[in-house]
Amino acid sequence: MLKFIIKRLLEAIPTLLALVTLSFFLMHFAPGSPFTSERGVPAAVLANLQAKYHMNESLMSQYFHYLWDLLHGNLGYSFRFTDFTINQLVAQSFPVSAEIGFWSFLVAVSVGVLCGVFAALRQNSLLDYGVMAFANIGMVLPNFVIAPLCILFFSIHYQWLPAGGWNGGAWPYLIMPVIAMSTSYIAQIARITRGSMIETMHSNFIRTARAKGLPKSHIIIRHALRPAMLPVVSYLGPAFVGIITGSVVVDQFFGTGGIGQHFVNGAINRDYSMVMGITILIGTLTILFNAIVDILYVFIDPKIRY
Amino acid sequence: MITSKDKVAAVEQFAEQVTEIEGRSLWQDARRRFFTNKAAVISLIILALIASLSIFGPLLSQWNYADIDWAALSDISTLGRPSIETGHYFGTDPLGRDIFVRTMQGGQISLMVGILGSFVAIVIGTLYGATSGYLGGRVDSVMMRILEILNSFPFMFFVIILMTVFGRNILLIFIAIGAVSWLDMARIVRGQTLSLKNKEYIEAAYACGVSSHKIILRHIVPNVLGVVIVYATLLVPNMILLESFISFLGLGVQEPMTSWGALISEGSPNMEIAVWQLAWPLAFLVVTLFCFNFLGDGLRDALDPKDR
Amino acid sequence: MNSSNNILEVDNLRVNFKTPDGQVTAVNNLNFNLAQGETLGIVGESGSGKSQTAFALMGLLAGNGQITGEARFEGENILALNDKAMNRIRSEKIAMIFQDPMTSLNPYMKVGKQLMEVLILHKGMSKADAFEASVKMLDAVKMPEARKRMNMFPHEFSGGMRQRVMIAMALLCQPKLLIADEPTTALDVTVQAQILTLLNELKSEFNTSIIMITHDLGVVAGLCDKVLVMYAGRTMEYGQTDDVFYRPTHPYTQGLLEAIPRLDGEEETLTTIAGNPPNLLNLPTGCPFQARCQFVEHRCRTEAPALEEYQPGKLRACHKPVHSEMTP
Repeated sequence: MLKFIIKRLLEAIPTLLALVTLSFFLMHFAPGSPFTSERGVPAAVLANLQAKYHMNESLMSQYFHYLWDLLHGNLGYSFRFTDFTINQLVAQSFPVSAEIGFWSFLVAVSVGVLCGVFAALRQNSLLDYGVMAFANIGMVLPNFVIAPLCILFFSIHYQWLPAGGWNGGAWPYLIMPVIAMSTSYIAQIARITRGSMIETMHSNFIRTARAKGLPKSHIIIRHALRPAMLPVVSYLGPAFVGIITGSVVVDQFFGTGGIGQHFVNGAINRDYSMVMGITILIGTLTILFNAIVDILYVFIDPKIRY
Repeated sequence: MITSKDKVAAVEQFAEQVTEIEGRSLWQDARRRFFTNKAAVISLIILALIASLSIFGPLLSQWNYADIDWAALSDISTLGRPSIETGHYFGTDPLGRDIFVRTMQGGQISLMVGILGSFVAIVIGTLYGATSGYLGGRVDSVMMRILEILNSFPFMFFVIILMTVFGRNILLIFIAIGAVSWLDMARIVRGQTLSLKNKEYIEAAYACGVSSHKIILRHIVPNVLGVVIVYATLLVPNMILLESFISFLGLGVQEPMTSWGALISEGSPNMEIAVWQLAWPLAFLVVTLFCFNFLGDGLRDALDPKDR
Repeated sequence: MNSSNNILEVDNLRVNFKTPDGQVTAVNNLNFNLAQGETLGIVGESGSGKSQTAFALMGLLAGNGQITGEARFEGENILALNDKAMNRIRSEKIAMIFQDPMTSLNPYMKVGKQLMEVLILHKGMSKADAFEASVKMLDAVKMPEARKRMNMFPHEFSGGMRQRVMIAMALLCQPKLLIADEPTTALDVTVQAQILTLLNELKSEFNTSIIMITHDLGVVAGLCDKVLVMYAGRTMEYGQTDDVFYRPTHPYTQGLLEAIPRLDGEEETLTTIAGNPPNLLNLPTGCPFQARCQFVEHRCRTEAPALEEYQPGKLRACHKPVHSEMTP
């Protein structure tokens, strides 16, 4: 087992390298140097800047400089905020995104699985129809629609919750971002869970368990839940990516100051190194998370050889 | 954004069952089954209505999507209201432009991105999957490894990088969105191809000396069509969501052109004083996504002999 | 047919399924009795309703299935029991073995656990006791290295071994009645023989009654005291195995027996019953077998033959019975 874990983690390295390389060269061949937009920069200053970013060296040398810096955990310098390193900006904003992301993920998985399991066990009941109706609506409502609706409802109409800000992550500030980010994933996970639970409950080994005269609760918890969770586990990777992506929207609406804000501003201002730094950071997290999910999968499914 | 994993799984399962489209009767059966599915048929009708409204709707209005109604501009929240007299059926946006025409124009863009983006994804995915599955062996394992690597990329970010790097360009949006969405398709088609590969007629073609790329194009691709169609239907709403997400961030289509996502983005800050600016494009977007989802489910059930 | 020593009496069992295309009657007025220690074979082609009979008795029908009729097990109508009450009968009194050992065991659970849970939940045994009892039962079904195999997952077993596990699992509580739904169909021929021998031994060892559902007449001949021939959900012929096999009177039974390939015979072609079983959604009026029967006459097309006791203990539903001696 340990061997499999190590092997799976080692496999992540070429993926990471591909990610870094692809983003680096994409950025490099981007038309227009980021400094051209800043008109009136004296030639000497420009030269300094270029030296700082290794712009005057060969492409390969730039690439290896970048790799070397990355290896030391240095994401480089922002083209915009020349006073900050990207690391500083990330250190400031990432914990916010991580906290919202963590809660959203937790809510999405737990609520989604619960809804899905109960809907499956009461197939074609009112509860099932309710869950499915919610799931169908949740899936087509993008988070950038849910966010303003939340503000309209909770903040403006009822004034229960603050419309935005972070305030160190106090819970009233967390609720709406988490709702906006998790809704479509609750819907998605509920659908997946329901489908796989129904399929599992119709499988031959559940019929055997029933023929053995086991109590229903025992059959569901001991026999059905584990196989029914497999598709959910393989959805966790995409869900993770989606929730991270969602932070872009959440920051936009609620002004929480997460990493998404820097990303969007970077994209709009053509702050290439910032966009690249964040992409690599998130890509790394994604790749690691996918590895963890794969390892988790092996724990659940004894049929997988490793 | 949302990768409809359960749908992908369902399509895969369906792909396992329909290993081969057996003549015309299967399609006829499928059509009969499809037309008994009310939700799917209604969705299809609504989609046809939305599409034709998007294309011909602007002709019904005296306004153009870029025209500014200076009369309404002075007080959008009252003069910009939806009304028949002013000709602003859906009201105006903060700049006095007609929401009806803009929603229709946005619909053109959103639907086009959805359909063309899916098309790009389907073409790449089908060819990649069919090639990988048909050639097999080392080529297959290398191609699948590449797929795995790409699969763990945060693609939304890559689309945004592409938009940043190459500027905003509609064509690029199609390509970018399509180019990052073909992975699941490739996996499904590869699985299909693997099971088709051992069929007699493929072996016969091979034995007759037909070249690999001809076998793939003439024999494999036509036989995976059913699965591809179903998946495409499920892909379109995802594409539309992706596009609207990018437009929402202000990285999509360029002014004065618009899309549903861009309209929603413009409308949401004003929802207290001018709710129509948000409501109309939102309604169109949500209804369209709904219909595509139902349509895809309906098509899958129609082509899936199992759940009859 | 007195009811004194019967442990199971099935009266007018009928199983209907509501499908989108209409109502399907999978089992149509089935009657049979089973004495303690007796073995009944139910034979028929696929779709003749044999498996649905078994599922109906165990209360395992799909959600769209409806049952009418009675099945009295030790005098109690088990068809009327709710799930909770039925759970006290399952495993403890009636157990079942399924057709496909590859999918009938839970692939995510160790085999030992799947055995032990029956004893823990039904007999209230401790884990340690349940473990020992399970090992003993695995030994009884001739599982080599039983103790070691308790900790293995089903996918590490061969098909025959899995079926042994299924049998062991069914016999753990020493049930009075064992329903075996095509227990050997999915297995290799050599393994089939082993499993059948095992069932035969276990039957005498535990004095269990068995309902053996199969389409293999050889299995019936080797194992069963009585046989019930089903076609399109109805009983065609019912009686002592020897009677039915040596002197089949129903054209269908006769056709089935003739279709057994023989090595000693002269003929070189395989005999078959021409045609396919009728569509249950669209049964013809009259006898369900009419389309494939070589003795069909006008009456067969208009009037369904009733099941009649034409000799003591022998029942048959046919307007044109044939009389023949067979040498099975």
